Amino acid sequence: MNIKLKSLTKSIWVFHAACSPCNNCDIEILDLLTPRHDLERLGMVLVGSVRHADALLVTGVPNYKTRERLKMLYAQAPKPCLVLAIGSCACGRIMFKDSYNSPCPVDEVVPVDVYIPGCPPKPEAIIAGVAKLIAKIEKAA
Amino acid sequence: MSHKVIIPIGPYHPLQEEPEYFRLYVEGEKVVDIDIVIGYMHRGIEELSEHKHFDQVPFLVERICGICSTSHPLAYVNAMEDLAGIEVPERALYIRTIIAELERIHSHLLWLGLAGHFIGYNTVWMWAWKYREPVLDIFEMITGNRNHYAMMKVGGVRRDIIDDDIPELKKTLDELIPAVNMFKGAVMDDPVIQARLKGIGILNRQQAIDWCVVGPTARASGVNIDIRRDDPYAAYDKVSWNVIVEKEGDIFAKTKVRILELYECIGIIRQCLNKMPKGAFDADIKEIPPGEGIGRVEAPRGECFHYVKSDGTNRPIRHKIRAPSYVNVASNKVACVGGTISDAAITLAAVDPCYCCTERVAVLKKVDNKKILNGWDLIKLSQEKTAQLKEGLRDGKSG
Ligand code: SF4
Repeated sequence: MNIKLKSLTKSIWVFHAACSPCNNCDIEILDLLTPRHDLERLGMVLVGSVRHADALLVTGVPNYKTRERLKMLYAQAPKPCLVLAIGSCACGRIMFKDSYNSPCPVDEVVPVDVYIPGCPPKPEAIIAGVAKLIAKIEKAA
Repeated sequence: MSHKVIIPIGPYHPLQEEPEYFRLYVEGEKVVDIDIVIGYMHRGIEELSEHKHFDQVPFLVERICGICSTSHPLAYVNAMEDLAGIEVPERALYIRTIIAELERIHSHLLWLGLAGHFIGYNTVWMWAWKYREPVLDIFEMITGNRNHYAMMKVGGVRRDIIDDDIPELKKTLDELIPAVNMFKGAVMDDPVIQARLKGIGILNRQQAIDWCVVGPTARASGVNIDIRRDDPYAAYDKVSWNVIVEKEGDIFAKTKVRILELYECIGIIRQCLNKMPKGAFDADIKEIPPGEGIGRVEAPRGECFHYVKSDGTNRPIRHKIRAPSYVNVASNKVACVGGTISDAAITLAAVDPCYCCTERVAVLKKVDNKKILNGWDLIKLSQEKTAQLKEGLRDGKSG
């Protein structure tokens, strides 16, 4: 049994890394914390520093400026660090893939564990994605 | 002697949900200057829009910003209708107004929550966002999505509001009134919130005019502007409401303007629902003539401006967008300076900044005939000089 992975199945602390999104995915993430969905009851807390985080929530299409920041954030996070690509932008760049300021999708910058598509994904979809992620880790651990 | 300390906020900072970088120059507790660095969210929307045809552009511009995802498409279709001289069916105008006002409600509640969070009132955050949910449910019912509604279309709207949905919509609005009353009481009468927000981050009337701020930020400083009244679009000339103006210019005034605007929004939607005529909701536009047009919309944060130029083909050859936060964010340069560090967070948030709208890109070009020397270059120059001197000495001796 891999104790490091096993410990990730309990309460995942997440850091929110916005890479030039349109804001909506970010708001849906914050929405998860508010009374209707209340993600904290599942042990997920948004933390202020990436050094405390177990998972990165990445939204948006990285541009030349945020791509480097995202690399840095991932390098600073304690490993194993899970990465969730939230929103169609982060999953496949949708209509921004032809933009002059969009060099690559998220999964070419950091390794992505879960893709949650939707523009923006409903909070329920994000919770479902997290549940699937936990099931995946439990299998691996 | 005091010395300046730089406090960086961002790009990834727990305060902001968007990557943005502020450099606060402080002396002791006092903020003496501030730098705002943007560009983390630039996606090149104006250029992308020149590669989409006229019917695709609303989907693109609504993804400029997730919170004003009706204001941008609405400004764009206004510009297109100005360009082509299109007569929009009356029902569509009312539907546009309803959607735009619902958006203002959810946006103001969102801001109220975040502002509460910034000053340490997490309860305000949780309650405000709780009451925002029914509004999103209404959106989902009418348009099919909670956030990006895709309702605007050149010449009309994409979907009708069906009669079966109207009772639910009215019920939600009725239930919202007690919630807004509660906020009004809880926020405006709370002595701690008053102490925290009154007299902080003041932008006086002259400064507001000088910095060209728009929307609730301007109205809280006594500048009486509102595009809905000054240059009516959609059905705003067919309903009556009040423009809320406050004089103080501090954060409390900004909060008050936004809370009182919620009542006006609800009033406008109710009037629209009652007055909305039956009939077509789309003018079915097939061709766009060459020409140029502008569209202005009062977004929740202020005036949103779009300019479109067409050459008769099926795509715009120029699309210029100016979002309200672009001017509002810059006003932090006066509003933040002179305050304390602990007030900087709420002052920065008070203009309801939306950075994804604001984004511009900065291109750093290397200019060939100007060279910037770093430390290593200087050492190299110095070594070269020594070598030359040595050589000269040797030549002189031998010669
Ligand atoms: S997926 Fe959609 S909602 Fe999310 S950041 Fe991209 S455009 Fe915005």
